[in-house]
Amino acid sequence: MVALQDLKRISDYEWEIPKSYREDMRVPVHIFATKRLLEKVMTDRSLEQAVNSATLPGLVGNVLVMPDMHQGYGFPIGGVAATRYPEGVISPGGIGYDINCGVRLLASEISFEEGEAYLDDLVSALDYFCPSGVGKKGSIRMSEKELDRVCRDGSRWTLKQGYASEMDLRRTEEGGCVEGADPSKVSKRAKERGRPQLGTLGAGNHFIEVDVVDQIFDQRAAGAMGLKPGNLVVQIHCGSRGFGHQICTDYVKELQGAVRRYGIQLPDRELVCAPLNSTEGKSYLAAMRCAANYAFANRQVLAHHARQAFEQVFAGKLPNWHLFQVYDITHNMGKIETHVIDGKPVKVCVHRKGATRAFGPGSPELPAEYQAIGQPVLVPGSMGTASWVLVGTETSMQRSFGSTCHGAGRVMSRRKAKKQVRGDKLRQQLESQGIRIRAGSMAGLAEEAPQAYKDVDEVVETVVGAGIASKVARLRPVAVVKG
Amino acid sequence: MKREIAGFREIEHTADWELEVWAPDILELLKQAALGMFFLSGAQLSDGPRLTREFEVTAIDPEGLLVSFLSELLYYGEGEGLGFDHFELSLDGEKLCAQAKGAPFVSLDKEIKAVTYHNLEVRDEPGGLLVRIVFDV
Repeated sequence: MVALQDLKRISDYEWEIPKSYREDMRVPVHIFATKRLLEKVMTDRSLEQAVNSATLPGLVGNVLVMPDMHQGYGFPIGGVAATRYPEGVISPGGIGYDINCGVRLLASEISFEEGEAYLDDLVSALDYFCPSGVGKKGSIRMSEKELDRVCRDGSRWTLKQGYASEMDLRRTEEGGCVEGADPSKVSKRAKERGRPQLGTLGAGNHFIEVDVVDQIFDQRAAGAMGLKPGNLVVQIHCGSRGFGHQICTDYVKELQGAVRRYGIQLPDRELVCAPLNSTEGKSYLAAMRCAANYAFANRQVLAHHARQAFEQVFAGKLPNWHLFQVYDITHNMGKIETHVIDGKPVKVCVHRKGATRAFGPGSPELPAEYQAIGQPVLVPGSMGTASWVLVGTETSMQRSFGSTCHGAGRVMSRRKAKKQVRGDKLRQQLESQGIRIRAGSMAGLAEEAPQAYKDVDEVVETVVGAGIASKVARLRPVAVVKG
Repeated sequence: MKREIAGFREIEHTADWELEVWAPDILELLKQAALGMFFLSGAQLSDGPRLTREFEVTAIDPEGLLVSFLSELLYYGEGEGLGFDHFELSLDGEKLCAQAKGAPFVSLDKEIKAVTYHNLEVRDEPGGLLVRIVFDV
């Protein structure tokens, strides 16, 4: 286990595990955390997992860990690692099973005062229109050919089908479509699982949440995003469903053989990988991009359903009940990007697992309206606590491959949470705080109790202190649909 | 307290689920792992007619067999809404032949996304085999 004395303090918000800590490390690990947050994660295996990640062939810079880190499998959650393109490796375990799990933020012109009387109806309508829970299927029936189009086109497919606007796509990371997706690299089983699930939320920590813009910290950035204090907004958190899970399962299995073929030694089999320029590496990248595009389309269809819910509840009662997109981000993805390392631009594959891309102002990947402020970063809290809208900074480009935190981060096991919290009691408690809840399972609700998570405000203060994001707005929850 | 010769127990894991499974041999280990997985997900099966699914999986080592076998069961769970509580298994070299018997779910608390290879190692212990499995949830 990594101990506090093994770490070198860089600043109040950044620590290093030097390369000398373990013989097989190829690069150091840098952890963005306060001493307090760091001490909290010393009780689980997050840092050991970060050290394991630092053994991957072809790494450049440092392996990074965000302050919402916690123990995962393979990489820790909150891990970021960049490998040189094309000779470095890509690791499915550095991206996760829920490929392109991410968050979308939609905003409205409805004030909390105007909407409050309708919030019970609204949460029921969201629950009705947005299928959620274990094994739920969506309303879209598609052939395998149509699914292949979703794989290739992502949100562009939803635009053609009438589920999206041009503005939605412009305000989605990668425009909602990663180039280079190849459906022929996806198994029949993954397609079978993916076909009925487009437009579904799933279960676990996935949710749709209605929030109020509670506080603005950056008027200019909030203005560019259309966020106004006191107005209702909607967050959608989900990913690529069984489609992505199966693609990751297939390739983690397939790459078990590839590491032997390429003579790669790893401390954990979940870190299996293949060189980006190998047949296996190229196939995984092409299949992963299919799941990424599926997830963009999935959140877009759910956004369409959220709009249907708003229309049902508010149309005819309020003059403007429309939801417009602020941004859509991914926090589980491998992407080919160019970053400046030792003063030179280097093409790399950035693995972000439970970490959000946070590109600074002027990045060509951003839409025109966000060029001056930087990329919006969406950081959901836990049920009952705040969520945050941040923006990427020049420092995040220099220090963290344009990445920052993705949420509050768990601190308590699901087992302990279930022992300490009863789902029905938690629901009553949240409702007494004015947070309406619709949940598929009370046991599932208990596992996601706010006390199972770190303090999201402390996580945000850390990334802001480290300079790898800047505050724009704080959101307060008023209604939650949990899968 | 004396431990049963085969069984499973949940281990603390911050974000996902971890199961410790033990058994005298590999086939019993696979069965106990499956029972443990359905227990963790809170699966309740219907009292109606029993259903059987037969399948084969191949892997070069016991860890691979474990992941492939459990993944196959998850597939039937998601696609057909089926859970299983009885297994007849046989091993022919690297090939596992499985007959899984069960029924449709009446309720299921949690969705398991995947069975991981994280630190997965089937170890020889006094009295049999022991493994810890991390599930992504």
